[in-house]
Amino acid sequence: MNWLPSLIKACYFLAALLFILGLKRMSSPRTARGGIVWAGYGMLLAVLATFFLPGLYNVGLIAAAVLIGVSAAWWTGKRVAMTAMPQMVALYNGMGGGAAAAIGAVELIGYVRELALLQSAGGSPAIPVVVPLAPVELALGVLGALIGAVSFSGSLIAFAKLQGWLDKRFVFPAQRAVNLLLLAAAVLLGVLLASGHASLPLIAAFFVLALLFGLMMTLPIGGADMPVVISLYNALTGLAVAFEGFVLGNEAMIIAGTVVGAAGTLLTQLMAKAMNRSIGNVLFGSFGAAGGEAQAIEGAQKPIEASDAAVMMAYAERVVIVPGYGLAVAQAQHKVWEFAQLLIKRGVKVKFAIHPVAGRMPGHMNVLLAEAGVPYDLIADMDDINPEFAVTDVALVIGANDVVNPLARTDPASPIYGMPILDVGDSRHVIVVKRGKGTGFAGIENALFYADNTRMLYGDGQAAVGQLVNELKTLDD
Amino acid sequence: MIDGFLALYIFMLAAFTGYEIIARVPVILHTPLMSGSNFVHGIVLVGAMIALGHAQTPFEMTVGFLGVLLGAGNAAGGYVVTERMLEMFKSSKPDAGKPNASRETK
Repeated sequence: MNWLPSLIKACYFLAALLFILGLKRMSSPRTARGGIVWAGYGMLLAVLATFFLPGLYNVGLIAAAVLIGVSAAWWTGKRVAMTAMPQMVALYNGMGGGAAAAIGAVELIGYVRELALLQSAGGSPAIPVVVPLAPVELALGVLGALIGAVSFSGSLIAFAKLQGWLDKRFVFPAQRAVNLLLLAAAVLLGVLLASGHASLPLIAAFFVLALLFGLMMTLPIGGADMPVVISLYNALTGLAVAFEGFVLGNEAMIIAGTVVGAAGTLLTQLMAKAMNRSIGNVLFGSFGAAGGEAQAIEGAQKPIEASDAAVMMAYAERVVIVPGYGLAVAQAQHKVWEFAQLLIKRGVKVKFAIHPVAGRMPGHMNVLLAEAGVPYDLIADMDDINPEFAVTDVALVIGANDVVNPLARTDPASPIYGMPILDVGDSRHVIVVKRGKGTGFAGIENALFYADNTRMLYGDGQAAVGQLVNELKTLDD
Repeated sequence: MIDGFLALYIFMLAAFTGYEIIARVPVILHTPLMSGSNFVHGIVLVGAMIALGHAQTPFEMTVGFLGVLLGAGNAAGGYVVTERMLEMFKSSKPDAGKPNASRETK
């Protein structure tokens, strides 16, 4: 059976190729759907091939774990609402990090066992002992385990935050110093492990510290920054997988992990740039804790009735709809598209303006609008639409807050100062659909709501847009 | 086992590949791509299978079992979520103008 190992290696090679081609296809809208299928075949091939690896024990156990894990994740992944996608990515990413950490743990525990066996045999083993890990493999295994464990606990916190289970940011004095100390301690134990001082208590302490660090690292980060953090953990998991792949001598893991590590790092940078925040700032400068007095906002919010708002837009020439995460939460994207179609039928020029970080991640809002059937050409990017607001009659803001907040332009004390925004205030009238008078996701007061040309339409997104649709229909009768 | 320098070469080339793939991606695909790359590192499942495959003590087996469970979750969940996101890009074809009210059942 000499051909079997080569055949398995060939399968891994093919899998790595399919991953790269799949990702490549996923980077263009036209071929994106095929891309994930290609990558999926690669995964299937790699997993099936692994079952035939010579010298693989516990095959029944493996099959059971694969079956349980796949069916549980498949089931939850199919059922979750589109709006919850970002936290699901965080969750599955955390699982990957956890798996990488578990690989490291198994290897380390096995290493300790073999070391003990070697010693009891007096250095020259009578029983053939598997060669313990080489120093480089040991070091990379420990590093991969560290990164994987941090990514695991960090991603779970990110998941919990986006899911709304952890509302409060967790901040205390000298947090940065404590976190740094935790990391230093984990690294120190890691170095001890890698230099051959491995023992079970040391391994346990190492993992506890690593997990704790991931937890503490993520807790103080505000919800608005979560996409960047998830993307970062995604890249880290990739790296951890690559390192563990080296320990196991599995090229497919090295390639796939590294590709994701590099792609994820770049993606993290792109996302941070879209929010005008540096990655260091996201990780270490607690969002919303910026010093200085925030500008006091004068004036009052002025309400409007749905009937008036509908008339205003029905007789407008140009209407720009600015959807935000609130729209997605209210599942109102279908209603909004219905409303837009009614306007279009009346000859109004309608466009959707999407801020780079509308929703919870770059591109999240595009996915949600596409789901409702809004065609591509009606959706405009921030840079394209911003000059057009000056000739827009009505800007309809639904569930968006921070991305249209002019304080990002004018108030250096504001935590979102410097973030590019949609200039909805330039249009003649602004109608803001909002559930109540509270502040947004980032907890920042919005000067737009108090502007002279802004009218507030209070209500749940779904209900409010429903009212607008009904009012438009009565106009047509 | 892989020769150290060979691994370094693989590492370098793969890193460039990953960077190049993402370098010119439209913003709308950021979320699906992140999800897609999340799926790709689900290959960790293979590693977890190998680790469990040579686990010997019950403790090692327990940790390995957990690893395979998590890895399988990463791979399967990553696939389903990405596939569902990318399914939305159907309507971006030329016939996109027509309304389609395929509502999400929550």
